Amino acid sequence: MVGQHSVILMVVLPLLAAPVTALLPGGRSSWAIVMTVMALCLIMSLGILGDVISGSLIHYELGGWAPPWGIAYEIDGLNALMAVIISIVGTLVAIYAWYSVPADIPENKQPLFYAAYLLCFLGLLGMSMTGDIFNVFVFLEISSLATYALVGMGRNRQALTASFQYLILGTIGATFFLIGIGLAYAATGSLNMADLAIRLSESTHVQTIHTAFGFIFIGMALKAAVFPLHQWLPRAYTYAPITVSAFLAGTSTKVAAYVIARMVFTVFTPEYSRQTLFNELLMVLGAIAVIHGAVRSIGQTSIKPLLAWSSLSQIGYFMIGIGLLSATGLMATMIHIFNHALIKTTLFMAAGILLYQTGSLRIASLSGMGRHMPLTFAAIIIAGLSLIGVPGTVGFISKWYLVLAAVEQQAWWIVAVLVLGSAMAIIYVWKLIETLYFQPTTEPHDTGHIERTPALIIPTWTLAIACIYLGLDTGISVGAAEAAVNSLGLLSRP
Amino acid sequence: MIDYISSHWVSHYNYWATIVIMMIGLYTIISHTNLIKKIAGLNILQAGVFLMYISMGVVTDGTAPIAAEGFTIYSNPLPQVLMLTAIVVGVATTALAFAFVVRISETYHTVEEDELLFQDKLQSSEETEEW
Amino acid sequence: MKDNIILRIVAKMLIPLIILFALYVQFHGDYSPGGGFQAGIIFSSALILYRLIFGLEAGDKAIPRPVLKLIASLGVLLYTGTGVAALFMGGEFLNYSVLADTPVHGQHMGIILVELGVGFTVAATMLLIFDSFAGRPLTTQDAGIEKQHD
Repeated sequence: MVGQHSVILMVVLPLLAAPVTALLPGGRSSWAIVMTVMALCLIMSLGILGDVISGSLIHYELGGWAPPWGIAYEIDGLNALMAVIISIVGTLVAIYAWYSVPADIPENKQPLFYAAYLLCFLGLLGMSMTGDIFNVFVFLEISSLATYALVGMGRNRQALTASFQYLILGTIGATFFLIGIGLAYAATGSLNMADLAIRLSESTHVQTIHTAFGFIFIGMALKAAVFPLHQWLPRAYTYAPITVSAFLAGTSTKVAAYVIARMVFTVFTPEYSRQTLFNELLMVLGAIAVIHGAVRSIGQTSIKPLLAWSSLSQIGYFMIGIGLLSATGLMATMIHIFNHALIKTTLFMAAGILLYQTGSLRIASLSGMGRHMPLTFAAIIIAGLSLIGVPGTVGFISKWYLVLAAVEQQAWWIVAVLVLGSAMAIIYVWKLIETLYFQPTTEPHDTGHIERTPALIIPTWTLAIACIYLGLDTGISVGAAEAAVNSLGLLSRP
Repeated sequence: MIDYISSHWVSHYNYWATIVIMMIGLYTIISHTNLIKKIAGLNILQAGVFLMYISMGVVTDGTAPIAAEGFTIYSNPLPQVLMLTAIVVGVATTALAFAFVVRISETYHTVEEDELLFQDKLQSSEETEEW
Repeated sequence: MKDNIILRIVAKMLIPLIILFALYVQFHGDYSPGGGFQAGIIFSSALILYRLIFGLEAGDKAIPRPVLKLIASLGVLLYTGTGVAALFMGGEFLNYSVLADTPVHGQHMGIILVELGVGFTVAATMLLIFDSFAGRPLTTQDAGIEKQHD
């Protein structure tokens, strides 16, 4: 029974657990529930991915109503991979939360924190698994509202203004997405993505469809923090509690990028993007994001904004991969989404350990700490090298595929941007490593007992080892991404 | 010419109304520094979208979509249902936004955005920035 | 405001009627316009009126805050629980047809249970939102809100 229903159970279990969590008196009991739910979701998502890779698409009708009238969950490789990414990050961050949440959140707020965490998790899962476009909007808002609350729990008062800014921009984005859905519905009379795809290609309401596509893209681009619409992200990631930063960095913008990919490749066909030159726009925006994010990242004096700006740079790579509109390009994007989730979560977790040890995340005040905290520092080095894309780490594979996809289309300027972006990544990663390891310790700190806390170091190192292992054994992530792209089945080489 | 205007502009007056309302909302969000007015702008923006959906579902001469004898033409109920969901979401968003405003005014003692930014700048130049 | 006799009497007369109307909207929602969300809002408006007239303490005595939280959570659980019950009885999630012996009865039962869950949650959440805002201790710094210079 579970096998057939695991698609919906992944969304329903957190939904059942969230109100229970909110009612519990203390943080530890809520944590136990969260941990159980996350672990179950991880197992189910791996099961789904296994099914999908072996070639069967999963189709689930809510309430037994057949689409296009009812809401259907259509799972192909793309969704399954996203679900696995979200579950992995969610589970590991939940382990990390055992230490980090009591350190950051007052005891009486912890149950609510965990409830919001579950809601955010289920919203992201729902967004990536549903086959109904209005359902995407609903889950987008569930996850966004939970995210605003989570970000607002940061210990600085700037967290409040950062979260408010995010709320305003996020709601404008969601509203734009809603307008886009409305216009697409007006043109076709359907909300089911598969059905929309067929009807859009037959529809004669060209202007309506153009407008719909524009609104949908701008709405999602705001949530994905694509280049000119990224202003909310650095502040939100910087002032959020470290647990939240680690979770969001690994999941939230990725899910929005996935929705953009889904819109471009399934709902509006790649041919449509090519006709409207939308792919060129995506590539240009992506290229600017890669450079701009890296430049700003180099200029930061504190670890969290540095990582946040670097995330923006990586979102640029996703957009380039989607914009190439080829099977290889989409595959590169999916692999990069997966890899970047591993890398950025590792880095934020390691940054958290530094913060709990020293009470500061300013790079200058952390000089020499790497020598006192070898475990954390090693994790930062591994993830940092992956971020640059050094061979032997996961980051190399995705950038390799991106370069392949660009060469395939003779888009040499893209190759140049990729190389330049990686070169700039070397600068900001080196900046971290140099201060942490090679500079003398300036400020006296207690040294190194917090990094031996299992709850902190186990998830960090699980991810760091995954960065290396998946970089050497390329079969897993590339295989999954290949299955994801193949299951779309509509990709013709340009 | 008149045909063109009447068929493309006048008959789609609901879209014009939507666009005007939305722009009022967006302009309010952008131009005002007061956080509460920003929230008001957000609500106006959303109201424009609600209007667009509901006017879209109207069928000429149709009644409310309730099954009753003697009525065969009725409006499309789906956009109305979708907007019910969107209104619920809007209520939640507004409540959350106001909660933030209350907490911001408690910690900053102001709800003007320029003053908030000024205070943040002041703080980060005075103290060593922790983050 | 509880010293004002007109307000008090009118509110006492109105509140039961509002609640009755909320219940009508709730339970007639599967035949006519209405349903859990509208009913919940109407229900909470009655209790918010009570709070406005008789004060937050009196309102809190009528339904204490922990109870409200419990009701809000139970509503969500009722909704998802109905869906999961359908799942256990062999249908898809939220497939009400399998809940009773005939599909029509099942649909009736399902929609009533789900809307009841929605109604509980909406009513309790609205009251919680009102209480959280109204119950916030006023400080002198709140004067900042009134300073709007544009």
